[in-house]
Amino acid sequence: MTISYQLKRVDFIFKNENDWEDVLSKSISRTPQELINELISSELKGRGGAGFPTGLKWKLSSEEGDDTKYVICNADEGEPGTFKDREILSRVPFKVLTSMAVCGHVIGAKEGYIYLRGEYFFLQPELNKAISEFEYYCKEINLDFKIRIFMGSGAYICGEETALFESMEGKRGEPRNKPPYPSSYGYMGKPTVINNVETLAHTFTIFKYGAKRFYDLGVQYSRGSKLFSVSGDTPKPGIYELELGMSLADFVDEFGDGDTKAVQVGGASGFLVPRKRFNETAIGFQGKLTGISLPTGGSMMLFNSSRSMFNVLDNYLEFFREESCGQCTPCRVGCQQLLSGIKAVKRGEKNAQYLDKLMRLAETMQYTAKCGLGQSVANSFSSIVENFREEMIY
Amino acid sequence: MEMINLTIDHKPVVVRKGTTVLKAASSIGIDIPTLCYMKLDDMNIENKPGGCRVCVVEVKGRRNLAPACCTEATEGMEISTHTIRVVNARRTVVELILSDHPADCLICAKSGNCELQDMAHHLGIRQIHYEGAKSMYREDTSPAIIRDINKCIMCRRCETMCNDVQTVGVLSAINRGFNAVVAPAFEMNLDHSVCTYCGQCVAVCPTGALTEVDQTGAVIRALSDPTKTVIVQTAPAVRAALGEEFGMPAGTLVTGKMVAALRRLGFDYVFDTDFAADLTILEEGTELLNRLSAFMEGDKNVKLPILTSCCPAWVKFFEHSFPELKDIPSTARSPQQMFGSIAKTYFADKINVKRENLVVVSIMPCLAKKYESSRPEFSVNGNPDVDYALTTRELAHLINLGNIEFKSLPNEEFDAPLGESTGAAVIFGTTGGVIEAAVRTAYEIFTGKPLPRIDFEELRGMDGLRKATIDFNGTPIHIGIAHGLGNARKLLEDIQAGHSEFHAIEIMSCPGGCIGGGGQPYHHGNAEILKKRQRAIYSEDRNKILRKSHENPYIVKLYEEFLGAPMSEKAHHLLHTKYFDRS
Repeated sequence: MTISYQLKRVDFIFKNENDWEDVLSKSISRTPQELINELISSELKGRGGAGFPTGLKWKLSSEEGDDTKYVICNADEGEPGTFKDREILSRVPFKVLTSMAVCGHVIGAKEGYIYLRGEYFFLQPELNKAISEFEYYCKEINLDFKIRIFMGSGAYICGEETALFESMEGKRGEPRNKPPYPSSYGYMGKPTVINNVETLAHTFTIFKYGAKRFYDLGVQYSRGSKLFSVSGDTPKPGIYELELGMSLADFVDEFGDGDTKAVQVGGASGFLVPRKRFNETAIGFQGKLTGISLPTGGSMMLFNSSRSMFNVLDNYLEFFREESCGQCTPCRVGCQQLLSGIKAVKRGEKNAQYLDKLMRLAETMQYTAKCGLGQSVANSFSSIVENFREEMIY
Repeated sequence: MEMINLTIDHKPVVVRKGTTVLKAASSIGIDIPTLCYMKLDDMNIENKPGGCRVCVVEVKGRRNLAPACCTEATEGMEISTHTIRVVNARRTVVELILSDHPADCLICAKSGNCELQDMAHHLGIRQIHYEGAKSMYREDTSPAIIRDINKCIMCRRCETMCNDVQTVGVLSAINRGFNAVVAPAFEMNLDHSVCTYCGQCVAVCPTGALTEVDQTGAVIRALSDPTKTVIVQTAPAVRAALGEEFGMPAGTLVTGKMVAALRRLGFDYVFDTDFAADLTILEEGTELLNRLSAFMEGDKNVKLPILTSCCPAWVKFFEHSFPELKDIPSTARSPQQMFGSIAKTYFADKINVKRENLVVVSIMPCLAKKYESSRPEFSVNGNPDVDYALTTRELAHLINLGNIEFKSLPNEEFDAPLGESTGAAVIFGTTGGVIEAAVRTAYEIFTGKPLPRIDFEELRGMDGLRKATIDFNGTPIHIGIAHGLGNARKLLEDIQAGHSEFHAIEIMSCPGGCIGGGGQPYHHGNAEILKKRQRAIYSEDRNKILRKSHENPYIVKLYEEFLGAPMSEKAHHLLHTKYFDRS
């Protein structure tokens, strides 16, 4: 296997977790302020895709004066093309559990939940075993922290944090109006820290080795490493831990099949990057990098020249049409009419200019939809229609 | 109280912390259009899912637009309510709703009263740019309510009423994505559900997705059939609201004009449900006194508190949710059914018309009355005591169809004998009224003394749960009042737990009582209208000479000629009923 020079493989996440007991007992002997400072100086950003600074998230919740608080691990991994959280939970569950308990120590929470994607029911027995072992140790060191698994039921939207809370409260999984944010009003209306599985795995690394080790990886504004779920037209699909900030061209050099036409970065709600933009696109969070910088939950789907981008978009829109919660107009009706629209253009029932109207619709959805789902439909829609317009028409 | 300074369309405004942008804007006269949002002031009823996205505004510094109805004003906020981006977004959103809406406005039951239609007009939408799929749901018809779910715009108001206010829990959002819609669980039919037909969902639906079963056609056929004698009864709350349908201000009493209109429509006799309300008081009041005296004499088996049973939605509610309490409510039938029963026996004999040829139509503020009249126990050999129950809105349609210029009609009087009533009967139309009427009569019978005062202010008001103690000449009688089934549920749970303090409880399903019924002219979220109707009801009571049910001379005569005494065997047979376990 050849390794690109620009593409820096890292191996933190799946590395031995056997010292979790040590990391846990050492971490909880430190003050919440120290731990928060450690996280803030690592510049770790949420690995679910949105990239909110993790240290700040913990800090905000720790400042809330409420007796009951919660720590929730978002394991509702549903973005098409990501499958990393599943691996973390099956291979290094103790890293996640440890980080949840440390978070509980920091913000003052005694209860943690893992919201597990419905389709990941097969992880439950092993994870439960790990939890009992973990709780046994917590008892030994007099740490009052309980973790329970909450099984999702298969709705994509429940990965959205406030819809996740609604789902846990036994209600229909629908995003809430924000603000208030989870840090002050989360699960059961209590201050809640909700982190992606991978984010928690990284905080373990940070508490174990210190912030500097993590900070030294990556580039400015995009520090550390990240797991990438590589799929599509690639000779080596799988999960890879890479430093952030790489250029998409280097990524394709490594993972492409020599005929890569485009890469969908960030799953169905992410952006499609055509070949001509590979060089100017970097993978990381928004910052002052050269060219475009795309955040991602880690889904990288490669498409080669045999793929019809119309079919790709059609597939995404079908997905959104089904998975929208249906609550707000722009998303509920918008996704459907975008889907009907591209089909009508393809069949010749509408002229090509109709695509421009649809682009405007997608843009309106972006700034009127209630939650991230409806707001992000425009990402893939606009990037695909813009770059592969003729494939939409002919 | 912390105050917040912000600017809206460059105008500075100071509001209390916690105020929404929508409210802050309206406080300085800036009207932000809303569609799904609804608030009934003073009744604790608010629907703000932030779903329709019509009320979006620009907040300086934010990338996305924010819904004004559920965005809290914060210090230094700069809001713009009609930038080009905002106006375009609003239009796009409404176009999207219309793209998934059957555009059959010309023949829609809600045409002219539809908030979506008004919004499309307000935004000047002349073309729908985005076409595509339309939802295809089946229609669901029940005895009272029709669900045409293709017209549902997911405003969730009905869900708020059904779940939060009424705690009945029939309607909620089901399915995901484009197929998301409000319906009973598993898309079952309403008549298979625990729906009480209170009609509050219909009362707040902004479109034609939820409407009443229209019986005006059947009534017209009966009126034009020469072999039928058609008589009509009108519920007390109708007269306080019907005028609104003809452009009169809310709270205008139109009793006389209503009678005139009904006569011109061809009803052979125009009677008043208020007559039957007086009758109800004598039966129910006697039942209360019987139970009370048994209780005071130490009878351990007597069931207290006694609950009123005038409201058919409430009856269906406890049959579903509290079947173990089904021997607590009064066995007295509702005024509508007492009227039907007396009309088809006593009155039919009087005018020598066979039961089959007598058609009883009632005009009700209510949808559940349609269901109630269809209950099998209220018919004799398949012939119902009440043939058709029209809503206030349906009556307005009939009047329009009849080419009647309502506003210029003279005031006319009800026919005798079933048209005479007292002030006690009129106040049945509002929350607290039935129990006040009962107190007026029960007091005099119990104490044998005339009432020192007639107006019991302590029983009136708009609070969802009220209680009062009335001194029955040394005996304190504890009275509870609930309107809205959610409030009723609280009282029932107390009874279940065995710590209810009350002797008698009045329960009405609809917020405000019958004046806020599901069959009344649409209030479109304006609670002020309900309060004006309430005031109108009390003013009619005040202007009556007779204000106690037992003083109604025709009621006295009815007992003398026909029924004997309250709670007699004949009265039992004709005026009382039993309840069923529907759990």
